[in-house]
Amino acid sequence: MSIEARIAADQPDSFAFTRENVAEAKRIITKYPKGRQASAVMPLLDLAQRQHDNWIPMKAIEMIAAKLDMAEIRVLEVATFYTMFNLKPVGKYFLQACTTTPCWLRGSDNMMRCIKDRYGISSGETSDCGRFTLLEVECLGACVNAPILQVNDDFYEDLDYAGTGALLDSLEADAPLPFGSITGRSGSEADGGSTTLQELKPAE
Amino acid sequence: MLKDTDRIFTNLYGWMDPGLAGAKKRGDWQNTAKLLQLGHDGIVEQIKASGLRGRGGAGFPTGLKWSFMPKEVGARPHYLVVNADESEPGTCKDRDIIRHEPHKLLEGCVVAGFAMRAHAAYIYIRGEFVNEARRLQAAIDEAYDAGLLGDNAAKSGWKFDIYLHRGAGAYICGEETALIESLEGKKGQPRLKPPFPAGAGLYGCPTTVNNVESIAVTPTILRRGADWFSGLGKENNTGTKLFCISGHVNRPCNVEEEMGIPLRELIEKHAGGVRGGWDNLLAVIPGGSSTPLMPQAVCNTMTMDFDALKEAGTGLGTAGVIVMDKSTDIVKAIARLSYFYKHESCGQCTPCREGTGWMWRMMERLVRGDAEIHEIETLEQVTRQVEGHTICALGDAAAWPIQGLIKHFRPEIERRINAHRTAVAVEAAE
Repeated sequence: MSIEARIAADQPDSFAFTRENVAEAKRIITKYPKGRQASAVMPLLDLAQRQHDNWIPMKAIEMIAAKLDMAEIRVLEVATFYTMFNLKPVGKYFLQACTTTPCWLRGSDNMMRCIKDRYGISSGETSDCGRFTLLEVECLGACVNAPILQVNDDFYEDLDYAGTGALLDSLEADAPLPFGSITGRSGSEADGGSTTLQELKPAE
Repeated sequence: MLKDTDRIFTNLYGWMDPGLAGAKKRGDWQNTAKLLQLGHDGIVEQIKASGLRGRGGAGFPTGLKWSFMPKEVGARPHYLVVNADESEPGTCKDRDIIRHEPHKLLEGCVVAGFAMRAHAAYIYIRGEFVNEARRLQAAIDEAYDAGLLGDNAAKSGWKFDIYLHRGAGAYICGEETALIESLEGKKGQPRLKPPFPAGAGLYGCPTTVNNVESIAVTPTILRRGADWFSGLGKENNTGTKLFCISGHVNRPCNVEEEMGIPLRELIEKHAGGVRGGWDNLLAVIPGGSSTPLMPQAVCNTMTMDFDALKEAGTGLGTAGVIVMDKSTDIVKAIARLSYFYKHESCGQCTPCREGTGWMWRMMERLVRGDAEIHEIETLEQVTRQVEGHTICALGDAAAWPIQGLIKHFRPEIERRINAHRTAVAVEAAE
């Protein structure tokens, strides 16, 4: 994708960290040795994105470059290299659907179809209501709980068509289901109970 | 089957408190200072004697890796970097350690960091693991409050700090030098080696990068003894291992088992068996997406360890076992992996940047059968031209799954090509 297509055409005139985030940025920078403040570029981009409705305006990139004494292009190239940085607006619920082979084997096509049936969107598109953006992503690293849909920060696991629908219902009502497995299993334990460690399992 | 009493990760499934109080009940942080009394080199020797091999994919002996760090600390401080950028398709074991056993990882950092004469560790966690990072940061904060980290870590007299650093979506940062670049605030593009990180790594300082699981098992190895660990598994493939069993099994799960467990036993005992029974098995990818698949005939007798899998032309990798039954469109399954590697190529080396895209487009044609028979050979040759001709192993990782497919499923590829040709001819005649 060209760089122009990845960066929002409409940009705000200014960006500044809130007072809390100024303090947080300062705390982050101290995690790295003196003179190595560039290490803080990814956490600061993340901080800016969280402050600004899940996308990073160019003014934030300029501000972070100045703060870390980096060339703006160095910050921009980091912002474009890593897929989690959004340089244009996304919906309130950013749906990141894993379709890599382990999720695909477990039916990620059904999850994608459910989203498409409901909002008519494919990867990279936002629903007409503006609240849902879908992105097909690569392996989310939760393969034994496939398929996975990441909604903003949270993983929803073991999703079939109906489960995806129930999740979307909850998002539409702004009352998201608890994250994790939609079938209620604990972590990566086998459905119906693990074959190991049973004696250590605390009584319900 | 491995006895529960020989399992290291007793809170693998998160049934119990992942916090400090719960961790202490499970034996973590007990007499950490005493473990350090073994001395820097004493710990390295114990880990060597245990036979522990790196759990991140390459299987390099962990103790030997630590021994590459300089014995004297010069002007440049030493660093331990923990690779928690778990992103290899099929792999989701470090996630469980981070969210359910974070203190095993933190105590491991103190032990390993001390062994390599480092006073600081950076844990690089993939950006998508937001809740996992929160859990880990909470554990770090707890450990500082309890005096287990900081100026006198666990009353050992050794200063040790741990910092959590979140990635932002890039598989390549699981490669150790790309990870270091990323940690320095740059694009995650791998460095040429040498110099190796033990000579010049993070900020140009001596650095060792280890996988989460490799670090998290070390305190238990020291407590229970190298003999205990090396007594499990097989020679040169010792200890226990977290396996992730995904795909077409009845009950996908993670499980800690003994190295060298037969693949069939692993799947049938712990994951409820292959969907439709063992005879319905088509193929298994044994160690994360980059390891070449094995058809059922090979799976029947395979054991899950580095050496046996290597001998069969594949690898244990991360022990991310991806199971595919006979309903699988095997060409499409591998084509999807080709897309993954195309997407994740950092773009630095031409054979990988151009080759992953070319291989993926070719694979998509093979899915439809829209190719000539001789192009299978061309594709095979291209994989050989990518493999081994790039700075890091991503090029290899992109090549191997295709090589495995051609090796074991050439008749299926040819069948599609012939079927497609027939369909086109019929259409033309109508």
